Parts: sequence; structure tokens; C-alpha cells
Amino acid sequence: MAVIRTEHLSHVYSEGTPFVKMAIQDVNLSIEEGEMVGVIGHTGSGKSTLIQHLNGLLKPTSGKIYIDGEDMWADKAKLREIRFKVGLVFQYPEYQLFEETVYRDIAFGPKNMGLSEEEVDKRVRQAAAFVNVTEEMMNKSPFELSGGQKRRVAIAGVLAMNPKVLILDEPTAGLDPKGRDRILGQIQEYQQDQKNTVLIVSHSMEDVAKFAKKVLVMNQSKVFMYDDTEKVFEHASEIEQMGLAVPQVTKIFMRLADMGYPVDPHTYTIQAAKQQVLRLFEEQEAKQKKGGM
Amino acid sequence: MNDFIKAQGISFSYHVEEGQQPVSVFEDLDVTIHEGELTAVLGHNGSGKSTFAKHLNAILLPSGGKVYIDGMDTADEEKLYDIRQKVGMVFQNPDNQIVATVVEEDVAFGLENIGVPPKEMRERVDRALMDVGIYEYKKHAPHRLSGGQKQRVAIAGIIAMRPKCIVLDEPTAMLDPRGRREVMETIQKLNREYGITIVLITHYMDEAALCDRIIVMDSGKIILDDTPKKVFSNVRELKTVGLDVPQTSELIYEFLKEGYNLPKDVLTEDECIKAITTLFRRKGIKPAKPEQQTEDCSQEIV
Amino acid sequence: MLRDITIGQYFPGHSFIHKMDPRMKIIASVLYIVILFVASRPLGLLLGILMVVMMYMISKISAKMVAKSLKPVVPIIIFTAVLNLFFMTGPSEPLVSFGFIHIYPEGVAMAVMMAVRIMCLIAGTSLLTYTTSPIELTDAIEVLMGPLKKVKVPVHEIAMMMTIALRFIPTLIEETDKIMNAQKARGADMETGSLTQRAKALIPILIPLFVSAFRRADELALAMECRCYRGSVGRTRMKQLEYAKRDFVALAVMLLCLALVIVINIYFPKMI
Repeated sequence: MAVIRTEHLSHVYSEGTPFVKMAIQDVNLSIEEGEMVGVIGHTGSGKSTLIQHLNGLLKPTSGKIYIDGEDMWADKAKLREIRFKVGLVFQYPEYQLFEETVYRDIAFGPKNMGLSEEEVDKRVRQAAAFVNVTEEMMNKSPFELSGGQKRRVAIAGVLAMNPKVLILDEPTAGLDPKGRDRILGQIQEYQQDQKNTVLIVSHSMEDVAKFAKKVLVMNQSKVFMYDDTEKVFEHASEIEQMGLAVPQVTKIFMRLADMGYPVDPHTYTIQAAKQQVLRLFEEQEAKQKKGGM
Repeated sequence: MNDFIKAQGISFSYHVEEGQQPVSVFEDLDVTIHEGELTAVLGHNGSGKSTFAKHLNAILLPSGGKVYIDGMDTADEEKLYDIRQKVGMVFQNPDNQIVATVVEEDVAFGLENIGVPPKEMRERVDRALMDVGIYEYKKHAPHRLSGGQKQRVAIAGIIAMRPKCIVLDEPTAMLDPRGRREVMETIQKLNREYGITIVLITHYMDEAALCDRIIVMDSGKIILDDTPKKVFSNVRELKTVGLDVPQTSELIYEFLKEGYNLPKDVLTEDECIKAITTLFRRKGIKPAKPEQQTEDCSQEIV
Repeated sequence: MLRDITIGQYFPGHSFIHKMDPRMKIIASVLYIVILFVASRPLGLLLGILMVVMMYMISKISAKMVAKSLKPVVPIIIFTAVLNLFFMTGPSEPLVSFGFIHIYPEGVAMAVMMAVRIMCLIAGTSLLTYTTSPIELTDAIEVLMGPLKKVKVPVHEIAMMMTIALRFIPTLIEETDKIMNAQKARGADMETGSLTQRAKALIPILIPLFVSAFRRADELALAMECRCYRGSVGRTRMKQLEYAKRDFVALAVMLLCLALVIVINIYFPKMI
């Protein structure tokens, strides 16, 4: 069953003023449970507006959102409950830390859900473990931590709510490659372990290529496509025209294929590229041996 | 070439708490940057690169050693404002370095501080706004601009002071790809057209690849210092210190690892394609031209 | 969205009043206040009303704005009017008397005049912020307060603080919006509960906001230092305020009105 479904979802900002802006238009999406989705699109493509709808922070101007089969806005009293099913980690989430200790900050979300103390404690420890927040860090003030550590604590704060769907808005923004790989790796582990649905908003096609099974491309407030990563990369040149960066290796293989070499133009990781070329060499050697005989 | 920046055996350490052992950021660092160079200082967070940058306009003074800017010692208090005029600094968060409520007034801020006459100031401000390509936004409120535009306002505010050198401390870390491109293009233009010495602190390898020279820092030490081509051929070293290399370099490195003979210093996409096609040719893999094209080609050859 | 709100109540325009030098606008506003208080005769106040109507017509600011600016001061107007009504005594017979309260005709006249005076005062001075951008105002205040530097008033610093506040208010409003959303996403409930619960619910917003404001202040100070900021010493300004003909015309009109009001006071000794 689709865990997230939208029907003709549209949102208009500042309606009735000269600043009126169509942020998303007629979005029809159906995201299955357990998917690892990369969401890409340049600034102003509507991706931020979309994800804020999925968590009920914005109310659609028109259209419907179903989370786990339930219409989000059908009953306002249930909104809060539905909202707990979708965990949203904002950009630079470390700026939302406020508690005296890391432990208490991670516990903020679960406590708001009205869980028992033991349950809160269990969740906090579990969430902390996923992003490698150590026992030693737990009693520190969040403001004493390094940038990367703060980021992980903030993510743990949302993980501890155990949402069915986890959405992260550019979780690696501003981090160095080491920090980036670490966080992406931890999120991947979490997804594989919990079999939850995870959406990661990113600017980098290269990063998306590394983790996502499916990619949602937003362009000019509409869904450009939502499909398997390989299928999306078949449209690499269109995506490049939208102003998004396509991985270098994809560009190289597209050009090689253009030149007539027998390579797959939709190659998007280094390892895939290497395997492909090596296989080509083997086949060639086999052919030559045969020819030689 | 004139040695514009000369850091001789500098070390820097700070006290976390009174009475505790000081934490050393770097020790005995020697760096020389020539006039007109476009240099990237590449390193992960905590490698000491930002601390090093703050030594270049006397925001920080070395605990040991000397930093000379155009021959002036940064420890010389009388030269403080001369140094800061010569070396401008752009920071990571574009919001937190814009002072005024109107773009052009912010660009004028530095000039007002050094007492430039109003008429000359007007000209210099307009010139700077044009150089970074935001002249049409000069009457706008900064908070209405995009990240890339804000960062260019900050750069305009610096170049209006006619510095010889600009140090940019991770200027693109908070920007989207478009903003990053805008800022990088602006930096390159300032270097090429005006010969301004640029020191770009970054952890993005693709930005470093656009520079003339890359200094790679790790735990307070310079581990590599060369042209981008040479630096990025050290794929393994860079990866072990937690840095990325361009995919082109990485791909070639993978083939080198498999024992294929290829040029080591491949950086651009063209170079990479050339290297791979050479490899293909050696293996006897020929491009299977699409049919119509084959006819055309054969005719030409005939 | 929160970011769409404007600070101050500036309505950009190109009217005579909009184009006036902000310093002269401040001076004119002060003169207008003087006129209102010097005018002790109904005729003089009538002139005051006429002036404010004219000013609004020239500036093309809609009358709705006058109503809007008066709304918050209505209680004050009523209070002063009532005070005058009850406590003003006169030589004539009281109009109404019940018990110890006597209302004299002088009291009625005074109450009406006081109400009119306050309304004109608010409407007239609001026009200053309606037609002058906060930046222009800051610049003008800095120049006009200049002489106070001699008595060690940190005029430049005050102006700088005002500028920075104006610059960062929209940024911090946007940030509040973001933090609020982030905490809401973590299940923070800010809409229901008792007053104390709601006040408590603000903590997760206020703390990150303060932390961020301090960080911004730190970084801004560093950036300013890098741009050779060292207070007002040796500082020049790009924008030079210059008086134009229109400013002197406005000043002349104001002085003329003041003179008229004084003449009215002298030649109409009785309440007319």
C-alpha cells in the first residue's frame, strides 16, 4: 500500500496579493512503503513546499494528501496524530536544539507524543544508536558539540519519534565529504533496519545516485518524474537542462555512447562504470581469442 | 612573482578552559602565496583551514611564527587597517555579513569606514556592483535576495575597497548549486580580469579543481600543495583524509589500480574521455557508428 | 507567510512629502506638534485639522491609514476627554450637575479640543513614518542628533544599532518561522493549553532563536571588523542628505502656520 499518496495537490502562496505564487501544481504521487527516495529539484522547484505538506505544516490550497491511507485534513483533531507518522528533518536541523542535555533534546519529540517514560527512554537510546550519538554525549549540552555531532543529535530527535515516513531536507548541507558520507550511511542503515520509507531532499545527483532506489524530480512546481533511479538517469540531459548537476561519470558515458562506443549512457556511479568497462574488455578478449583460433 | 602572503613557521593554539592544556590547531606551518594566484585550501572540517584563513588579515595572530602580508607583519598594530584593506574576507553565512538594509549601502559600508569621499564612493560602489553582476538589485533589501546574490553583495562590499587579495572562507557551503556557480564564476572573473589574489577555503573538490593551485590541509598540516591535476592524482591519500576527488580522477584511478597504463593526472571530462578512448583503442574496441553516420564517414574517408 | 510583513509602516511613493529631506520632515513634524499645542483657540485648531488633511492629500496616503493609526490611541483620547470634561471648571453655570459632578461648557469645549488635538498629533506624526523609509529616518536622526555628540551621547552607535536592528528583523522573523515549523514537526503544541502551558511551549522556540541571534551577532561583528569598522572616527557617508527648495517651502509653510496660530491666539481672546 502506498504510505504517501497525493491527489491533485496544489499550493498557492499569498493568494489575492500581487505576490501570488504557485508553489506546487497538481502533484499526484504515490510512494510505497519501504522506499528510499531521493528528491531533487533546484531552489524554487516546489520541493520544500511539497515536503512541508507531507508533514501537515502547510495546508493544501486544493487537492488531498493521504498518509497511510488516511486523509490528512479530513479531521483536524486527528492531524496531530497523522503528523507523528511523518518525521520531518529540516535543513540545518542543529538550529532547533534547545534542551539542557542531548538526551532531553532527543526525548522532546517522543515526550510530545505522550509516550510512557520507559518507552521514551527506549526510543531515545535506539535513535541515538542509529546516528552514533554516544552515551558520553548524551549528558552534554547540545551546544558543546561539533557541527556534525549537533546535526546527528537533531536527526536522532526525529528518529526517536519512530515515524513511518522519514523526510530529510538536505541533511548533508554544509558538511564536509566525511560528515556527508557518514550521515548518508547512517540513514541508509536506519532505512534498511526499520524498513521505513525515507525521502531525502538533495541538490546533488551524485549523492542521490549513491543511495536512492527511486528518484522524484521536481521542476517548475510540478513533478517532472518519479521513477526508479536508473530510469530517471535515462533523462540525464533533460535534468541537466533544469540546472541540476548530473554526475561527471554520467556525462562522460553519455558522450562515449554518443561517439558510438558500446557503453551504457545511463551509468551513474564509478563502480558501475568500472565494472562495465572491465566486462567490455573481457568480452573483447574472449572475442579476439575466438577470432585468433 | 611577488610573494604576497608569507606565513613563516606559524603555529596557533587556543585554551578551551582556563588552566587546561591549550589545543593546538597547527604547528610550524609555512605557506607562501604569490600575487595574482588563485589558490584553494582544501580540507575537512576541523583541519585548521579556517583558522589559517583568519591569520591572513590579522583577525587571529599566530602564537608562534610570523605572517607577512605584502611585507607587513600582521602583528604590527599600526598596520592593522592597511592589512584589512589589502586582504578582504568573505565568510560562509551570507546573512551574517551584510550590515545595511539596502544593497548599495552595504557595499559602501567598508568605504565609509575608511573615509572615502562620497563622490568617489558612489563610483566605486557602482563599479563593484557591476563587477559582481548585481547592479540591478542595488536598491533592494538584502533579505529578499537569493543566497548566491547575497554572497555576491558581500564580495562587492570587499572589492569596492580595492583589495589586492580576497580570502573566502567556505563561501558556497550554504548555497544551492546555482548560487555556488554564481559565486565561483565571480571569483574566477575577479582573479582573471583584475589579477586579485584569491585564497579559497573550501571542502568542495569541484571548486578546488577550478583553481590554479590546491593546498590540502589535514589535522593542521599541509599534506599536498600542487596544481589540481597533480593533487587529484593522489586519490587514495585524499580519500583517507576524508576528502572527495572529482569523478574523472577517481575513474582513472580505478583503472590504474587494475593495472592499466593511463596518464595519472586526468582532471577534465575531455581528458578523461581521451584516456578511456585510448584504452579502448588499445583493446581493439572500436566505436560502432550508427548506420547513417557510417555511410557519411566512409564517403569522407574515400 | 511571516516574511511578507513589512517593518515600520512605510508606504513608498513619489509625492512632495515623500521626496522631502527626512531631516526636514522631522523638523516639520516637531513644528506641527508645537502648532497643535500653541493653538488654544478653536480657530487655531481648525487650521491644525486643515493642515493634516492637506498633508495627507499631498502624500496620497489613504484616509484609511489615519483611522488605522488612531485605533490604538482611542482609549487615551477618551480618557483625556473625560478628564477634561469632569475637572474643567469655568465662570459660567454648570450645564449638568449630579451630586458632586458638574459639567461646565468650558469643560465640553476643552474636552473636544483635547480630543481633536491628540487625533491631529497622531495622524500628523504617523505621516512621518508613512512617507519615510526606516533607513532615511535613521540617517536623519543621526545627523540631527549630531550636536549631542559633544555631550558624549553615542549618536553614531545608536544609529548603527538601529540600522542593524532593521537589517536583522526580517532575518530573525524568517528564522522564527523556521524554528517554529521544526518544533511543530517534533510535535510541539503551541495552540492549545493554559496560558502557562503556552508560555512554556515558547521555550523550544526562544532558546534556539537567542542562540542563533548571538551567533549572528558574533559573526557580524567579525565581518564588520574585517571591513575596517572602528566606530564613527574618520567615517564618511555615501548618501549625503541635502536640503532642496521643496524643504524650505515646507519649512516656510510650517512657520507661517505657526505665526497664524499665534496671531489667532492674540486677536481672538475669547473662545471662538
